[in-house]
Amino acid sequence: MLERLDRDVAVIGGGPAGLAAARAAASAGARVLVVEREERLGGILKQCVHEGFGLERFGEALAGPEYAAREAESALAAGAEARPGSFVARASREGGLFLLRCLRRGGAYELRARALVLATGCRERTDRQVLVQGDRPAGVLTAGLAQYLVNVQGLLPARRAVILGSGDIGLIMARRLTLEGAEVEGVYEIKAEPSGLSRNVRQCLEDFGIPLRLSTTVTAVHGKGRVAGVTLASVDQRGAPIRGSEREVECDGLVLSVGLIPENELAASLGLELDGLTRGPRADQSGACLAEGLYCCGNALHVNDLADYVSESGEAAGRAAAAYARGGPARRELLPVKAGSGVLYAVPQFLDLAAAGRGQVEAGARIYFRSNATLREGARLVLKAEGSGEVLLERSYRALRPPEMERVELELGRVPEGASALCLEISRKERGDGRD
Amino acid sequence: MGETKSFVCVLCPRGCALEVDIGAPGPAPVRGNACPRGAEYGRLEAIDPRRSLTTTVATAFPGRPRLPVKSSGGIPLARLVEAARGLDSVLVDRPLRRGEVVAANLLGLGIDIVATDDLAAEELGDAMHGAGRAGEGA
Repeated sequence: MLERLDRDVAVIGGGPAGLAAARAAASAGARVLVVEREERLGGILKQCVHEGFGLERFGEALAGPEYAAREAESALAAGAEARPGSFVARASREGGLFLLRCLRRGGAYELRARALVLATGCRERTDRQVLVQGDRPAGVLTAGLAQYLVNVQGLLPARRAVILGSGDIGLIMARRLTLEGAEVEGVYEIKAEPSGLSRNVRQCLEDFGIPLRLSTTVTAVHGKGRVAGVTLASVDQRGAPIRGSEREVECDGLVLSVGLIPENELAASLGLELDGLTRGPRADQSGACLAEGLYCCGNALHVNDLADYVSESGEAAGRAAAAYARGGPARRELLPVKAGSGVLYAVPQFLDLAAAGRGQVEAGARIYFRSNATLREGARLVLKAEGSGEVLLERSYRALRPPEMERVELELGRVPEGASALCLEISRKERGDGRD
Repeated sequence: MGETKSFVCVLCPRGCALEVDIGAPGPAPVRGNACPRGAEYGRLEAIDPRRSLTTTVATAFPGRPRLPVKSSGGIPLARLVEAARGLDSVLVDRPLRRGEVVAANLLGLGIDIVATDDLAAEELGDAMHGAGRAGEGA
């Protein structure tokens, strides 16, 4: 007999987003089950042994595993259940219920839930997704895999490594590999500026004298069976290698930190369309997708740079999923949020103006965004209502960079009647306007 | 007679660009910080840079071969790699909770190394390779 479970809310993924969603939903009185693929809850934070998590949420700098353990304990204490070591093989909808066929050691089970929260995180872009010539001998690996090998398995994947890409995980792995006794020959970034946070350039590279070479990329991998070296080349403004600038360096490992992509195979299998910019489903401020009862949060929605924001989005989704599971569908009033000039993307893509009346939004709606260019001399953000053109919100920033996500909060009551959409715009700050 | 040092504050993701005037008597003036912690960090960073050490130590348990740890305080930056090497001989052979000390007074610096993850007894038995019940139904 196939084991059958009925719950109000099913949460897929037991990382920070899923755990926060589970805790919020359970606290609201819903019966919640978290389906987690790995043997332990906590998601990728288990292998992020460095500090800096929780500054917003807990007011202290925690290591990743500490943050994960706190969140797992609080979700379970709130009454959520979890099934680690299991995954969803197939998801479908029947009537008003989500039907999840799950597999785990010891057998299959079927989970039926009124609301479904997708907290499936993101994946790394791999060596197949960057233009590097040559074979893929042993020693070519993503930064996250290197992190797993070093921090969880205690294995050193290279003695002399080249790191391609200056994303935060790459920077953090440069430090980890150095502390574990390996040599990091250098970090190479195809763009003209680092992709990761400034603090990580400082504390992961400069602290250890590891060179960061901008506008440079790896064009070929050498070695049979094992990486023996790579070819580096300077690139022009369009990122194309400059002929004659090639040079070879010896190394036995090439670590790639070339970007993250939201993981949404389950979302796609349920018919959700993905946003071309974020690569996550389009959603409102509670993570509610365009299909009823379906919620998405954390890095599955868009790639965040702070775990704290991931937890925050999980909480919003969990709370809304519990309300839906227990109260049934509610009237929604969706107003599009557009990324205007200077904005790389904005999340959520919609605001549900009716949410305020349902008490799901406590402090207004949070809008997360990234600028599409680096503005070092100050920047100004405006949020306008299309139609009336009224400015609903204005902020000044000392600097904005695409790798550093920002967040604003909007009281829904401020949205004027008749607004057809909201639009975020970023401009360079005028000199001498004095605000900060 | 002062000298100005410039560096990025590493306390939070904001990453303020700090400038610190050193050499003059009294507390060094710090510019560019967005919060009071940044001023404190800047003064110390200019004269005695320290970093917390986050790394892992070996365990005796095949299912969880490494335990994440951190230092209880800042270690002089110049001794960070040495401090990491000092943990190569540590072997955790008992279950413990995060926050417990796994190595005391590292390098005689008066700084302890504490666990940042739990190593639960039930996990270290057959459950490690079993059905993964940790947390279920709690």
